[in-house]
Amino acid sequence: MAERSALDSSGIVPRSIQVGFVAAVIGLWFFLTLGGHVHLLLLPDPVKVWYAMVQLAVSGQLWAAAKVTLLSILKAYFTAVIPGLAIGFLVSRTLRSVQFFEPIFSGIFSVPLTLFFPLFIFFFGIGPNSKIAYGGLYAFFPVVITSIAAFANTDQLYIRAAQSMGASQLQLFRRVYFPSALPGILTGLRIATVVCVASVLGGETISSTNGVGHAIALQAELMETARMYAWVVYVVVAVVALNMALSVIETRTERK
Amino acid sequence: MAVSDFAVAAAPRRFSLLGNLAIQRLLLLLGLLVLWEIYARIAGDTGMIAGPSGILRAMGPKIFANPKVVAAIELTLFELAVAYGLSVVFGVVIGVAIGMTDFGRRCFNPIVVLLYSVPQVVLLPLIVLVFGIGPLSKIAFGFSHGIFPVIVSTITGMRTVNPTFLHGARAMGASRFQTIRHVIFPNMVPAVFAGFRLAMTLTLLGVLLAELYVSISGIGYFTQVFAETFDPSPLFALMTVLTVMAVALNELVRLVEARFTRWKN
Repeated sequence: MAERSALDSSGIVPRSIQVGFVAAVIGLWFFLTLGGHVHLLLLPDPVKVWYAMVQLAVSGQLWAAAKVTLLSILKAYFTAVIPGLAIGFLVSRTLRSVQFFEPIFSGIFSVPLTLFFPLFIFFFGIGPNSKIAYGGLYAFFPVVITSIAAFANTDQLYIRAAQSMGASQLQLFRRVYFPSALPGILTGLRIATVVCVASVLGGETISSTNGVGHAIALQAELMETARMYAWVVYVVVAVVALNMALSVIETRTERK
Repeated sequence: MAVSDFAVAAAPRRFSLLGNLAIQRLLLLLGLLVLWEIYARIAGDTGMIAGPSGILRAMGPKIFANPKVVAAIELTLFELAVAYGLSVVFGVVIGVAIGMTDFGRRCFNPIVVLLYSVPQVVLLPLIVLVFGIGPLSKIAFGFSHGIFPVIVSTITGMRTVNPTFLHGARAMGASRFQTIRHVIFPNMVPAVFAGFRLAMTLTLLGVLLAELYVSISGIGYFTQVFAETFDPSPLFALMTVLTVMAVALNELVRLVEARFTRWKN
């Protein structure tokens, strides 16, 4: 993360340009819609979208759909992370198994698993389970790939030092392997979060009975575009907030 | 002691079929296929799962002999090619424009990263509203997935030039154009190609997502037809074809990448 200094976005000018960018997007939105430059069905004006957002929140639809989606994301996340970390650690034990398994996992991850989404619907139905299985499988690969690399790169010197001082296996893991691998693991967990969110929402959009993705697709089909944008705005705000929280966590652990 | 050391050192050099990693991986794959076949024959519901032999049998008559399915696969490849080409061209141009100056990087990189992090699938229904249910919406959605990794990696590639090389070029009197041509450009290649490879995966993801969301003649239509008629063998066969296609495209980009990064070794 030595790149951070050159990509540092703080400072008054860059910050004001970024704020200006967001303001320009909103300004353009007002200009296009109120000036009648774009079909109102494709892009309703921001005020209408705001009313739709309030209405979704007040009527409880927002919470009902968000609960389904968030629960699916959470379940998918743990389905991915726990086996991912465990298998990553086991594979990293010997150089040979790293050489054997690492290309297999990265090879599978480079194929868009969306290909197999119809199979998930086929086996798990159109309820939340198919999205959990799909998101969980998709997010498993970044976790396992990064944790293999993270555990396998533990400095041999530290391991030998700990062993010669009589560390037990458990102590070795807790005091050497885990702290050494933590930055790499966190990168994997971050990618897994993004993948889980995107694949659960994607699954819900394509084929579902419930959840935020389903709501967006349904409103689009009903041509209720103001409501559709309201959902989209909620998702974008939530994801941006999530990303900011994740990068704060990442910078904190790097400083230690 | 010395003798046993020799024996250990010599052992891996002997050609051993089972010791070869690629062969071991192949054996693992074969083993999994055999297990899958056994499961499909003994326990599997024939309306739900097809074994490898069933998939192979369906491959000829139900996939390649059906001109509509072949046309659907070709259409998907066409959508992918257009979306990928647009992603690469526009991504590099925008990436260079942003990455050229320190100021541009500091102002616009966070905006690009922010846009990149939004799950674009929430915009899929909108894309279909705007571009219709034909190939255009698939191209647009693939493009919007593919362009961001190209922009991000071009920006990264432009800034990771070793300052020593730049000083060296300047000290030897290189012009600005020569510096770009002989120092900055070759240096960008590894990072940019990493972006191209990711863009290939993501463009395919975007095209497939749009295909699965709504399709009238593409592969999305046929996966739906096969799934709804509980006819698993052509469904599995179509997916096998697409997987092979995805792997082949990935390898293709990797080969081009290896060709352009030869100077590093």
